[in-house]
Amino acid sequence: MSEPTAATAARAPRTWGLLAEFDTVGALLAALEKVRDAGYVAFDAYAPFPIHGLDESMGIRMSRLPWLVAGGGATGAAAGLLLQWWTNGFDYKYLVSGKPFFGLPAAIPITFELTVLLASLGAFIGLLVANRFPELYHPVLPARGFARATTDGFFISVEARDPAFDAVGTREFLEKLGAKQVEKVED
Amino acid sequence: MSTVPLPLLEAAEDPRTRPPLVLGDNDFASVTDKVCGIVERPRPPIAWYIAFAISSALTALLVAMLGYLFLAGIGVWGLNIPVGWGFDITNFVFWVGIGHAGTLISAILFLFRQKWRTGINRFAEAMTIFAVICAGMFPAIHTGRPWFDYWLFPYPNQMQVWPNFRSPLIWDVFAVSTYFTVSLMFWYTGMIPDLATLRDRATTRLRRIVYGVLSLGWRGSGRHWHRYERVYLLLAALATPLVLSVHSVVSFDFAVSQLPGWHSTIFPPYFVAGAIFSGFAMVLTLLIPVRSFFHLEELITTRHLENMAKITLATGLIVAYSYGIEFFMAWYSGNPYEKFTLANRALGPYAWAFWIVLFCNVVVPQALWFKRPRTTPWMLVGISILINVGMWFERFVIIVTSLSRDFIPSSWGYYKPTWVELCTLAGSFGLFLTLFLLFLRFGPMIAMAEIKSVMPAAGLERGPHRGHGQYWGEIPHQHERRQEEGQP
Repeated sequence: MSEPTAATAARAPRTWGLLAEFDTVGALLAALEKVRDAGYVAFDAYAPFPIHGLDESMGIRMSRLPWLVAGGGATGAAAGLLLQWWTNGFDYKYLVSGKPFFGLPAAIPITFELTVLLASLGAFIGLLVANRFPELYHPVLPARGFARATTDGFFISVEARDPAFDAVGTREFLEKLGAKQVEKVED
Repeated sequence: MSTVPLPLLEAAEDPRTRPPLVLGDNDFASVTDKVCGIVERPRPPIAWYIAFAISSALTALLVAMLGYLFLAGIGVWGLNIPVGWGFDITNFVFWVGIGHAGTLISAILFLFRQKWRTGINRFAEAMTIFAVICAGMFPAIHTGRPWFDYWLFPYPNQMQVWPNFRSPLIWDVFAVSTYFTVSLMFWYTGMIPDLATLRDRATTRLRRIVYGVLSLGWRGSGRHWHRYERVYLLLAALATPLVLSVHSVVSFDFAVSQLPGWHSTIFPPYFVAGAIFSGFAMVLTLLIPVRSFFHLEELITTRHLENMAKITLATGLIVAYSYGIEFFMAWYSGNPYEKFTLANRALGPYAWAFWIVLFCNVVVPQALWFKRPRTTPWMLVGISILINVGMWFERFVIIVTSLSRDFIPSSWGYYKPTWVELCTLAGSFGLFLTLFLLFLRFGPMIAMAEIKSVMPAAGLERGPHRGHGQYWGEIPHQHERRQEEGQP
């Protein structure tokens, strides 16, 4: 990469955490339950595809994103109705083929479309914000072998900021859970 | 690692068991290799270059035709009173219809837990996006004055007037643009994990940067997957009514008017069924050559093709029923204009087009009742192409015959397209195929992450789950197992 500047050179690499690789989905889930039960909080799993049961094994609570989607939908519906009523029924009334200036049936299609549009935007943007995307750099990404996490590798990371973290003890714990290899990740 | 029990693999032809979704000796890594390998080969095959040369030449033709149209005005088309909508709106409805299969496969089949969708959804969604781009172009240009298109949007302006929201034409603007936006988000959300796979396998700096930025830093985190799956489910739930609404709104363009042949309450479901029918036919038309060309038979199996053929048949029957109802209602309503319009369709100056429609959309799909056409790729391609032709003519017949002869015989006319219109239609296929070929070259055309989640190794060591994991045998559920081990 680029030449080390004064700022980066001054900062010695810190330990970010440990990264343990597992062979199969089953091994990953079994190990995750043990990590969770051992009281770790700043841990994460990495898998190339969504694994059902992972939320449970990791103890993840249900995401609150659906509320954002519901909020987006409600905003869209209100905006759609208000837009059509205000423009055609209030601000500038003009008669077209004897139709009422504002009628609910004729307003439904646009109200529906705006509901779906804003709810979907809420879902999509909510996903990006909640996952902190785009986040082009993350300490685990350059870790050795981690490229396989998007192909066929299953990993567990435990961060150093976890109160229960202990550079030697956690490593031994992960190895005992059946990790193929445990690597120190630096930031 | 456990392997799939052999009898299950051999049971593909046994109707009592579900055949596996991925055939052959594949594991997670080989699925990645197969799909990424297409994008990663240094040069595409010669055939890709030939196809791309043809399609980009057609796209250039489209640009030339549009330039000519904008300079000279719509007099270069064959449109005139009484036929004010011809090829332009026919093409619009045709392309929007093609764009329905992708979201149907990805959203509706997702909600119905049709796991076989994983092999084909990415491909079909890409097709949807490109078809909607082609579709959106036609309403934008059909007045010949695209520089006034911003009048369609409700913004405060010096003319002090708002769009007429009581008109279905403005509903269309909202419906098609919402559909495009939501389909794009759905497609992109689904693609993020696969773009990350391409990033992690990148061998050049350029690829690493481009796929790195596109994948937004995806690292397969369990917490991310959790939110991702919630959002994917929600987007599917939102896209499902949306996909049904789009062609309904398109049909309102016709059904809300007073014109005999258009003014009909069956139009929304009839158009939606037709859209899915034509969309599936287009997926089959493109998928089968691509599948055999890139040797993807193990991921897109005969079962996938057969399932798509069955949906094509089912929607084709709905379309055939709608044709019948249109004629029945013309007779039953006792309305002389309606009766005349339908008789004129079948026997009048455009009868040739009507009988093409009936042959392609009603007679030809009946072959799909038989297993051999459903499972023989070349037969499926032939049937699908005929359906596409039939569905294009269906829209032509609805639009043009109704306009050309309405209430007063003195105002009747006959519409013939000019060479400009024919070239514009050909050019829209060029644009569609160009975008499609670029996607095949640079994008992950099979949803790797999703297909891995329906492979046996994704759930084999673990019990059955509600969602993606495939259940292969007698494996105790994790709760039961925990109880057996004496844990809470």
